[in-house]
Amino acid sequence: MSIELRAATKRYGALTAVNAIDLDVADGQVLCLLGPSGCGKTTTLRMIAGLEGADEGTVSIGGRVVNELSARERNVAMSFQFYALYPSLTVAENLAYPLHAEGLSSARIRERVGEVSQVLQLDGILARRPGQLAEGEKQRVAVGRSIVRDPTCFLFDEPLSRLDVQLREKMRGEIKEVLQGLSRPTVIVTHDQLEALTMADLIAVMRDGRIEQVDTPHEVFANPANLFVAGFIGTPQMNLLEAVYDRALDGGRGRFTMEGGQTLSIEIGAGIDSLPAGATVTLGIRPRNLKIVSEAGEDCLSFSIDLIEPMGAETLAHLSGGAGVRLVTDWRHPLAEGERVHVCFPPGVTHVFLEEKLMTARHRMPVDEEHAA
Amino acid sequence: MAIRRDIGKAGWGQSAFAFAVGIVYFFPVLWIILTAFKTRPDALATPPKLFFTPTLNNFRAVFFRQSSTGGEGQATDFALYFFNSIFVAGTAVLLAVIIGTLAAYAFSRHPLRGNDTYLFIILTTRMMPPIIVIIPIFLMFRVTGLAGGYWGILLLYTAFNIPFSIWLVKSFFDELNPEIEDAARMDGATDWRVFFGVCIPQVVAGLAATFVFGLILTWNEFLFALLLTGVETRTVPVAMARTLGGNVGADYGLLAAIVTLFLIPIFFVTFLLQNQLLRGVTFGTVKK
Repeated sequence: MSIELRAATKRYGALTAVNAIDLDVADGQVLCLLGPSGCGKTTTLRMIAGLEGADEGTVSIGGRVVNELSARERNVAMSFQFYALYPSLTVAENLAYPLHAEGLSSARIRERVGEVSQVLQLDGILARRPGQLAEGEKQRVAVGRSIVRDPTCFLFDEPLSRLDVQLREKMRGEIKEVLQGLSRPTVIVTHDQLEALTMADLIAVMRDGRIEQVDTPHEVFANPANLFVAGFIGTPQMNLLEAVYDRALDGGRGRFTMEGGQTLSIEIGAGIDSLPAGATVTLGIRPRNLKIVSEAGEDCLSFSIDLIEPMGAETLAHLSGGAGVRLVTDWRHPLAEGERVHVCFPPGVTHVFLEEKLMTARHRMPVDEEHAA
Repeated sequence: MAIRRDIGKAGWGQSAFAFAVGIVYFFPVLWIILTAFKTRPDALATPPKLFFTPTLNNFRAVFFRQSSTGGEGQATDFALYFFNSIFVAGTAVLLAVIIGTLAAYAFSRHPLRGNDTYLFIILTTRMMPPIIVIIPIFLMFRVTGLAGGYWGILLLYTAFNIPFSIWLVKSFFDELNPEIEDAARMDGATDWRVFFGVCIPQVVAGLAATFVFGLILTWNEFLFALLLTGVETRTVPVAMARTLGGNVGADYGLLAAIVTLFLIPIFFVTFLLQNQLLRGVTFGTVKK
């Protein structure tokens, strides 16, 4: 089994909600569709489910084109954002509902419901109705109802968006555990990058009905394909600084002139050759990769600290100059508002974007010893 | 805790006010019920008597005409009229709610081009006073032979309750979370199972409310019943009106007894469905 979308398109009148997207999800793989509201991720999911028809392109499940099949005929399991539990049925009946359609014997149905309720710890609430459940329990029932049968694939629409922070963290782990036990392709829609980064094997970042990048969570984070992905993934947001590329230096380094006239020489690796001198580029660096150093060097810029936000184990500092640079440092690092600091761009962690596209060679995942501890 | 108590229980000032308002509304009903148990002189006394010796003669008179020579009276047709009222109103409103529910689901889930226009046109049928259409309807019914029989009045009452049912039930369907129906489809339910197994159970309260409202309107309907029912199919409001006049003037005790009996079925249905009714009328006012 696998899910394949080829040039799948969905229009609502003049609006193109999903614009010719290609997507492959293999057996047992978990793909997260990640993007801001209205980017077409839920529509994509509903096209796979058969709740929306594709206007162009094909949707295939298990090698078979299913465009003409209704949701009922596709044998796809889906859990919905608002859980969509049947209010007049008990939890046990909700779990059994998909099995009735499969024509299983009632003994077999009881057995399956029993298995699922054990996995998801629903034993104590089987006789209750959805109105009597807490949010987390509803969520578990919704997940249970989708995993109770043996479908061609699993779809989850914003599975955790209605839960509070603590519960979300707990359920994220539980759902991930359940997902690992499934040997079918799974697609999860979310706007929460943390959810995507933790649960997915693959992340597809969407914007305006298009897929901007499909990659492993690691790659999407370490090597964003363009400015949108760079800005969307990671908290706090990646610093994106406009600069003019002056010239190449030895050792794969390049020299840039920042807004305000400071110059910066940093190692950017192999992609340097394709940069035309004098081009306006965007430098991207994550706030946690910036280092405050005592001595100014040619790989440093100097800023004054505008605002300090303590975040517990770390401190977020807003630096003046250009497009508001943010820097995250260990909480023990003494910082004062108004202080002038030298900020170093370590080698191998700066991305260079030309006309929105990533120019630099692939980065390795930046390993920060302090934070790994 | 203090705040919760303030919301939960009204103070005695508020209770007294509510009681006073209740008296004003309920007084005519009380007057009718008391009059039903009064003798003719008591009923006509000024000021009205609050304390009197109750009698069941009026109720007896509803069903048995007192013969002038004394002895056992002759049965009146009121048993039939009560049956007619219950049968005609109950059947017509039930049909209207069934048809209205099917139509409302279609309007809500599969909107046509110009959906709102159709809904508006349906509503316009209830905008004009019935008296405007009574003459053409009367003529049509006479020509087609529908006047006088059960079929005619059933058809008319059903037709008159359908627009109201469609509008009310559609609003209940509109309130439902469409994800639940999507989920049922994904879970392999056919369109019929989605409708009967998933949608209908969620709007049962609304359907009960629609049924009761329709029933009250139809139960009390007089004009069409007067012109379109025959001797055998007469409903209680018409039969009641016919007891007026005669050589002794209005018999208030008899009228009051009929009205009191007339109240019982509708009171019974409302009482039976009161939980559903309360949920039905507050449907959608509380966010899920």
